[in-house]
Amino acid sequence: MKAAVITFPGSNCDRDLATAFEKAGADVTRVWHKDTALPEGVDVVGVPGGFSFGDYLRCGAIAARSPIAAAMIRHAERGGYVLGICNGFQVLTETGLLPGALMRNAGLKFICRRVDLRVATADSAFTSGWAAGDAVRFPIAHHDGNYTADPETLARLRGEDRVAFTYLDNPNGSMEDIAGILSANRRVLGLMPHPERAVEEAQGGADGMGLFRALLGGMALV
Amino acid sequence: MTEPEITPELIAAHGLKPDEYQRILEIIGRAPTFTELGIFSAMWNEHCSYKSSKKWLRTLPTTGPQVICGPGENAGVVDIGDGQAVIFKMESHNHPSYIEPYQGAATGVGGILRDVFTMGARPIAAMNALSFGVPDHPKTAHIVKGVVEGIGGYGNAFGVPTVGGEVRFHRAYNGNCLVNAFAAGLADADRIFYSAASGVGMPVVYLGAKTGRDGVGGATMASAEFDDTIEEKRPTVQVGDPFTEKRLLEACLELMASDSVISIQDMGAAGLTCSAVEMGDKGDLGIRLQLDAVPQREANMTAYEMMLSESQERMLMVLKPEKEAVARAIFEKWDLDFAIVGETIPEDRFLILHGNEVKADLPLKALSGTAPEYDRPWIETPAAAPLGAVPEVDPIEGLKALIGSPSYAHKAWVWEQYDSQVMADTVRAPGLGAGVVRVHGTPKALAFTSDVTPRYVKANPFEGGKQAVAEAYRNLTAVGAKPLATTDNMNFGNPEKPEIMGQFVGAIKGIGAAVAALDMPIVSGNVSLYNETDGVGILPTPTIGAVGLLTSLDELIAGQPEEGDLALVIGTTAGHLGQSALLAEMFGREEGDAPPVDLEAEKRHGEFLRANRKLVRAAADLSDGGLALAAFEMAEAAGLGLTLTPSGTAALFGEDQARYLVACAPDRAEALQAAAEAAGVPLQEVGRFGGATVTLAGASAPLADLSRLYRRAFAEAIGG
Repeated sequence: MKAAVITFPGSNCDRDLATAFEKAGADVTRVWHKDTALPEGVDVVGVPGGFSFGDYLRCGAIAARSPIAAAMIRHAERGGYVLGICNGFQVLTETGLLPGALMRNAGLKFICRRVDLRVATADSAFTSGWAAGDAVRFPIAHHDGNYTADPETLARLRGEDRVAFTYLDNPNGSMEDIAGILSANRRVLGLMPHPERAVEEAQGGADGMGLFRALLGGMALV
Repeated sequence: MTEPEITPELIAAHGLKPDEYQRILEIIGRAPTFTELGIFSAMWNEHCSYKSSKKWLRTLPTTGPQVICGPGENAGVVDIGDGQAVIFKMESHNHPSYIEPYQGAATGVGGILRDVFTMGARPIAAMNALSFGVPDHPKTAHIVKGVVEGIGGYGNAFGVPTVGGEVRFHRAYNGNCLVNAFAAGLADADRIFYSAASGVGMPVVYLGAKTGRDGVGGATMASAEFDDTIEEKRPTVQVGDPFTEKRLLEACLELMASDSVISIQDMGAAGLTCSAVEMGDKGDLGIRLQLDAVPQREANMTAYEMMLSESQERMLMVLKPEKEAVARAIFEKWDLDFAIVGETIPEDRFLILHGNEVKADLPLKALSGTAPEYDRPWIETPAAAPLGAVPEVDPIEGLKALIGSPSYAHKAWVWEQYDSQVMADTVRAPGLGAGVVRVHGTPKALAFTSDVTPRYVKANPFEGGKQAVAEAYRNLTAVGAKPLATTDNMNFGNPEKPEIMGQFVGAIKGIGAAVAALDMPIVSGNVSLYNETDGVGILPTPTIGAVGLLTSLDELIAGQPEEGDLALVIGTTAGHLGQSALLAEMFGREEGDAPPVDLEAEKRHGEFLRANRKLVRAAADLSDGGLALAAFEMAEAAGLGLTLTPSGTAALFGEDQARYLVACAPDRAEALQAAAEAAGVPLQEVGRFGGATVTLAGASAPLADLSRLYRRAFAEAIGG
């Protein structure tokens, strides 16, 4: 199983995401934002957290227009898997691979804490290790995690069962408590919380490992 | 461009005293040019030269088998085994943070991170020790919000976990806040980079961001007292860009791995001047700079401006000439500037050329080596008057006075604005006691704490200095770590006042005694003087940052008490209420002497706790607020109530030193008692964790009510 983790110049969770993929048994290649193609045979692309290009403009806006983003979009359009976490989620919305936008937190402050989430659907390779309704606990750390979309988009996400995770106690003002969403083909997941920071008990909990294990197992079935 | 004429007013505006100017005339045998005056002012100000403090700093213990490199480089280097080293330092950014809180604090974080990675270390942890004025002072809320946001804004984007620190409020900081930023990094012990240049004719390379006019004269500003012209000083504050710093980090580490670097130095205070002089001075070489080659952000910059600019995210390096192409390619990859701006020269000379003009031509060694050094007059701080009678308080009211005060309330409002988890190795997040971070890919972990009790230092600088170190020792010990080494950030008022200098001298002596007794030598540090506004000084605040080692996570004490666990105190409780938090918060009294610190007891009790870590579920040091506050914090974090049996204000709120609170499962208490008896360590059962009520010597309140007060007080005090 091959994973590629993108490094933008301001990525700072790229190593952590690579470590989590490796822990789940993936063969991980690190790719640079100026690369124009992904390595041969990549199954899943990881778009890590951080501040891709400083994010002085809209978060992820410049990253979404980088050479590697074009390669990632082609990969997704071919039915490849993509996992975007935190800034990675912001990048995915900026590329249009996922709908909606991440606005400034309602409280206007950066928030770092562990949050309780509900697994809203088990119908994806990312979440198939859980049952819908299960509770998991991941850390969040973001300034712009307030998920926002127009009513039609929200209705479609709901109708197509594409909300992957919701917050139990909404920390950032996200519409409908949305913490993570899936693409129409259910192979692109973007989420604000950091499962890669919850893969060992020493980190304060290992719930995130459930996502990486399910993803690697789920992809194998395709 | 014509440079201004040198007048007495211009000399004074550069912070140079008449006798210091006289010395310049003697050294160079002529009047300096404007650029030269600026260079002298930058090198000889208090911030860069340590001219008032050097004599005393030299007395501190700085060596030990664990020390690879002590003070004098960008940061201290300490052995953590297996060929690895931790590199750390703490530095103040007080004046800039008061003038422009967000950028002042942000660039403080940026500066300390550069100090660490310029030595070849990847930063793995940060802390911040913050002292603010009282919440109802009109500027405080604005400063708190800006400083916290600035620290988060920079550290979070850079990608270093902030795992500890302190926040205090006191009227003495109304006109002069303190922002002390700590960073620690990890490197291979045989791959440390130092600042001494070597070899003649070696290229001097400028790396990183472009030079602008920001921060011109910043170091001189940081060495002056504040008055009502403070608003005019805003342009001397630098502006930070963590995105560039992150790229600079990655590019520098790649460059260092490519074996291209002879020496490297970050451009901090006094930018190009200080970094170039440092590399030349340490390598016994001269430096020639051609300023036309300096990457510039603004048009028509003068030599004076370029030499004194404090634009952030810049480095200066002496390069192995055959590696130019390799090095240039790395910086181009990261889209950073790379420019050869000069070379090393054999003679003792600092030669600055701009266009076809010589803008400065100075003996280089004279700039640092013969910088003024003062033996300032000082008077010993008089012994504190004895503490008058302290009325007995209702213990719950006493606890409420503490947990309802922003200095002792829950600090989630602060910590949650910092990313404490990035790098995914944080084992113990900020909040209570030391932060703990794993050494990536090894079983080891490092613990970090910063401590000082300024009330104590003011009442008794010697005991207060000892106490700051002892508290750091205890905080590291309470998580199971063995204290390794220390960095000191000395924040004081105007050293030209003998009583202020006396505080400094007393604190240094106390710190020296404690780090010697507890084997945690000083490996780096920073001095910030002239922390006064309109002639009123801050509380003397020698912040101690300390690092401890866990050879394996098995040694970690990070649990929480469980229902029915016993509460026990290691150490002797005499009930010292002088300068206590209770006295200050409940009665507004700052009286009496600081608690005495028995360093032998500190060592014995610390070693006892580390040796018996398996018998305790949780541990905490007892400091501000004594037993009552520490026990409440431990219980509240676990969502448990608490019953403490000792009665009397002194027993519950006294701040005797060398004490720990431990939570112990009932079936292990006997073994712990036996171990304590065998070791000759006092151990006293003081109560029990559990239930939903907090009962202190018979007085009770529901945990939920106290918890609400404790968790809301900070945000309410500063208005959200």
